[in-house]
Parts: sequence; C-alpha cells; structure tokens
Amino acid sequence: MSRLRAILFATRGRGRLDWTDWISYLYLVLGLILMFGPVLWLVLSSFKTEAGLIEFPPRLLPYEQAHIAVAGYDKPLPLYEITAGEMKGKKLAEIRRIGLQTQMVDPAQPEQVVRIPTQERRPVRELRFAWGNYTELMGRFSFGTYLWNSVFITVVATLITLLINSMAAFALSKYSFRGRDATFLLILATLMIPPTIVLVPNFFIAASLGLVNSLWGVILPGVATPTGVFLLRQYMLTIPDDLIDAARMDHASEWRIYWRIILPLTAPALAVLAIFSVMWRWNEFLWPMVVLNKSETFTLQLVLNSFQGELTTSWNYLLAMTVLTLLPVTIIFALLQRHITQGIASSGVK
Amino acid sequence: MTTRADHTPPLSLLSERLLRLVFGFGEAPMALLQRLLGMRRLPWAFLAPNLVVFGIFTFLPIVINVYYAVTGGAQLLPRDRPFVGAENFGDLLVCRNYFDPTTCRRDLFWFGVWNTLTFVLIQVSLMVFFSLVTALVLNRKVLGQSFFRAVFFYPVLLSPVVVALIWKWILQRQGLLNAGLAGAGLTQVNWLLDAHWAFFWTVFVSIWAHMGFYTLILLAGLQAIPTDIYEAAAMDSAGPWRTFRRITLPLLAPNLAVVLVLALIRAVQVFDEVYVLTGGGPGSATTYMVQYIYQTAFAQEVRQYGLAAAASLMLAAILFGLTLVQLRLTREKAK
Repeated sequence: MSRLRAILFATRGRGRLDWTDWISYLYLVLGLILMFGPVLWLVLSSFKTEAGLIEFPPRLLPYEQAHIAVAGYDKPLPLYEITAGEMKGKKLAEIRRIGLQTQMVDPAQPEQVVRIPTQERRPVRELRFAWGNYTELMGRFSFGTYLWNSVFITVVATLITLLINSMAAFALSKYSFRGRDATFLLILATLMIPPTIVLVPNFFIAASLGLVNSLWGVILPGVATPTGVFLLRQYMLTIPDDLIDAARMDHASEWRIYWRIILPLTAPALAVLAIFSVMWRWNEFLWPMVVLNKSETFTLQLVLNSFQGELTTSWNYLLAMTVLTLLPVTIIFALLQRHITQGIASSGVK
Repeated sequence: MTTRADHTPPLSLLSERLLRLVFGFGEAPMALLQRLLGMRRLPWAFLAPNLVVFGIFTFLPIVINVYYAVTGGAQLLPRDRPFVGAENFGDLLVCRNYFDPTTCRRDLFWFGVWNTLTFVLIQVSLMVFFSLVTALVLNRKVLGQSFFRAVFFYPVLLSPVVVALIWKWILQRQGLLNAGLAGAGLTQVNWLLDAHWAFFWTVFVSIWAHMGFYTLILLAGLQAIPTDIYEAAAMDSAGPWRTFRRITLPLLAPNLAVVLVLALIRAVQVFDEVYVLTGGGPGSATTYMVQYIYQTAFAQEVRQYGLAAAASLMLAAILFGLTLVQLRLTREKAK
C-alpha cells in the first residue's frame, strides 16, 4: 500500500506531497478537461440525432426515445413510463396522441388500449448511437469526393515535398560550389514571406498557369519549403563524407549517391518532414479557399467551412464530418506522438 | 547500410519490379544530366526544382504584389490595370482620427488594424504566460508527464476549421457552456453575437489551439538546464521563487524570446480559426488584417486587388521586421 502511495504521489524526492504538487496536479487535471473535453464533447455529440442535438440542457451521452415492436402494429411504437394513476410504474407504448390525451398499450397485452393524459407519463430513453450521421454522409453529401481531394493533395504534396527538398538539401550539404551559402540564405529568407501576404499575386500566377480550381493549384505553391530544406540540410551535414567518396571510387553516379546512400540515412529527418507536411496539407485552409471555387474540387476543410456557413446547418452531419476530418490527424498523433513532439522541440518549426 | 533489392529474395516478380523501379528511380536520366552538365554545375540540377518553385510562388509574387499595389481597377490581368501610383496606399491611410476607424475612408481596414493590435497584445502575452506555466508544471516530476504533454499538444495538430467548429458547438446559444450557466442559475449569453465576448473567444480559442506548440519549445529549454545548478541552489537554501528568478528565468530567456517572436508573427496573421468561428463579426468586432485582405481581394462583388495588395505590403513590412528579430534570436541561440 505504501509502495502504491509512493508511486502515485511521486514528488521531487521529498517523499510527501507538498502544496506545490497539489497545485500542479490540479492544473494538469483542469488542463486535461479544458484541452480534451471539447473534443470529447464533439465526438459524443456527433452520435446524436438531429432531435437529440436540440435538446436543452444537453445530455452527455446520446440518449434517444426507446421504441418497441408491439404485435398488431406495423411500426415500432415509442415507449413511455407512466408516472401517476393506477398504471404508475408501468411501461406502455403510445399508439396515437389526441390533444392532451394519449392512447397507449401495454406491449405484454397488445389488445387492451388505455387512455393516459400526457402529463402522467415520461419517455423511456435508451443509449443509442446515431451511426446514420456517418453512414449517410457518403450518399447525401458526396463526402467521398472531398475526402479524395484532401487525401490526394496531402499524399502527392508530401511526396513532392520530400523529393525536391531533400534534393536541395543534398546539394547544399554535400557539395561546395560558388553561391552555395547565398542560395541557402535566399531559401531561408523565404521564411519572411508567409503565404498570407502574397495571396493576390499567387492567385494571378495560379490563374495564368491554369491552376485555379485544380488540386495542383493547391499542391504546387507549397512544395518547396524553407523549413524542409533547413531540417534536411542540418541532418545531412552529420552524415560522414567518406561514404560518398567510397561510392565515387565505385563509379556511382551522383544521383545514385543521393538516392541510395544519402536518402536512406536521412530517414529520421525525412520522417519528421513527412509528418509536418501531412499535417500542413491536411489542415490547410486559406490558400485552398482562394484557389478552389467549385464545390467538386473542395477539400474537407473547405466543405466543413461552407457547410457551417449555411443558414440551415444540419449539425448532426456537420459534427460527424468534423470528427472524420480530425480522425486521421488524431491517429497519426497517437502513433507518432514522440516523433512529432521531438521534431518540433528540436527544430522549433510547425 | 542500404538494403539492396538484389540481396533480398523477391516475394514475387511484381514486388521485385516495384523495388527496381523505386531503387532505380531517376538513375538513367540523371546520369545523362551529370555527363551533360559536368560535376561543377551538377549541384544546381539538384537545387533546380526547389528554386523554380520558390521563384514562381515566392519571389515573383513579391514583385507582382508591388505592381498590384500601384495599379487600380478590378481586373486580374496586369496589362488591364491602370497605373494609379500611391493612390491605394493613400486610400487606406486617409483618416481624420487614426484612433477612430469610423472617420477613415477605409474604415474596415482600420478596424482590422486596431483589432489586430489589441488581439496581438492580449493574445501573445497570455500565450507566453500560459505556455510558460504549463511547461514549468510539466517539467516537475509529475506522474504521467508524457501523457499530459500530449494532452496539451493535441489541439496544435487540429485544423483551424475543426478547432473553430469544436468551439462553435460549445458556444452556440443552446450549447454546453450555456447549459452549464443555466444549471448554475446564471443568465445565458449569446457568446459569439456579443462584440466583447466574441473578441474574448477569438483570443481564447487561438490560445487553446496553439499553446501546446510553445509549451513544447519552452519544455525543451527547461529540460536542457543542467540539474546540478538546481542542486547547488538547494544547497545554498535558495527558495523556489528565488531559484526561478535567478536560475530558471535567465537560462530560459533565449527560448522565451524565440517563443515571443514566433507567437507575435503568428498572431499578426490570425485568420483561419477566427474566420470560421465568428466570420469577423459581430459587425467588424473580430475582423483582423488578413481577413480584410482576403475579403477585399476575393470575397466581394468588386474585387479590389490593388487595395488588398497595398494592405498586404503593409502587413509584410511588420512581419519582415519581426522575422529579422526571430532569425537573429535563433542564431544567437544556436551559438
């Protein structure tokens, strides 16, 4: 027991829980609720029906009115619990409602119809997940198209990003030539030109190249990234040049050296850049919104935005779509948490 | 070292071909290129794709942006645009009283400027404060440290649209927050339709979404401080506050500076979450500069590219200054 206490209340070697430890844990628990609670609430809400969503005050879990099949009736009937009168405590099914009176029936004795005033009953609720919010997305909202657009952009852009940035990093780290340092500085200088300030000219360039309303218009402008070149160059600098010299002795071409020697050894840094790129592309919003105007070219982020802006938003579908949009990122994070946090901590980029 | 296709027994002909294709990618054309260019010019072949993309989508746009800023009209094609000189800048800057946007010719721009300024001051100071506190707490030997670190970091990975929708769902009139208020017997508020509350929530939500990133940088800085300094301080019976002031804070200063500047650069460009959460409203209470640029150029009947380009050049000047500071700080940190 004391061992358990010692593990549970591990402190900074002083043995007892000091008041600062209590405050720390309080802060962390509050943080847990504040950071994770909203996401959990979104996920729970996404399993409610449209009727369940407008219920106020809302319930935590998706409870729905229970229905029961009664012999002699085509459809399952809604189930109520009687709160007063001689039938008190019984669970009856409603056949029809006339004003403040209802005709109800005991599922055990389907032939005997009783009249109950509406105020003497309360609906029986049961936990039910509205999977329809998810399954109907495919048919009703061409969700598949948007998903494909997002996946295509993410995958293709990441592959190109890895290829061309590693090529540039290879040139900048393994050769010495005139203008190398200036080129590296020039690439770093593009950090000072965030995409938000070149929206208008980039739109013109995309339009001139025929890239408006094309997924390539989203992919191409961001494939060369100063962050990527920097990250990969720093890593490649740590790879000893002896390997390259040995390969040159064997008459390997420079491309072969890059592709078969340097790239495999740069795998850890490439993995970090790949994770970053996937996150950037999957979550990108402003530039796709500028360059994609036709709804069939929309990404998930764009369709979520246009969907929530409509006057009559069906929140049940919107919430389900939001959950599906955050799902891939969440899975990647759950699997690669350590790599992501270490990559960011060491490079200071996002 | 490298796994070679011909050493591993092929599962099937197809997978062998696939491996050949992957491992042999680009070899023949690049070998030819190497012979044509010679070793001296070869690095430029490796750099070319990157430089072309940077040239087309980063450097060229700066020049074109200046051109748009000094021309008028609603045409996108540069040759259809009449030269107007500094008119766009003048248009944006004409104000009888700079502290009252309603007296300006482009009142929305000045609402954007003042809103952004207020947002940046409040958001960045709160951001640095809370990420520092969180990093300090996480740096203690708490149980489940990596779990809590992940919890605080998780929102960073969510897309701005998802972040905004998560909070919109909580803040809506019949949302969780109002249900909580009703349960406590308090009056409910229409959070996103009240100007002050809407502003508060844009600050709150953007901190919620990005705090984990800065926490991570500060935590890395804290963990890099050698523990024997703390042991020495404890030996001299220095209290926790004194230890923090005299040891932690000075040694963390470079990281804090980086965090401060990065947070500034990002806060000045605030757009995505806010645009989805409030749409810049109610009225113009949460319209920030990037939204002004976006709306002026792309979301109006008459697209005023010149005005938007002029506004973005002003924003660029601010960001340029901030980035210079950041580069200098990172270099000092690297030393």
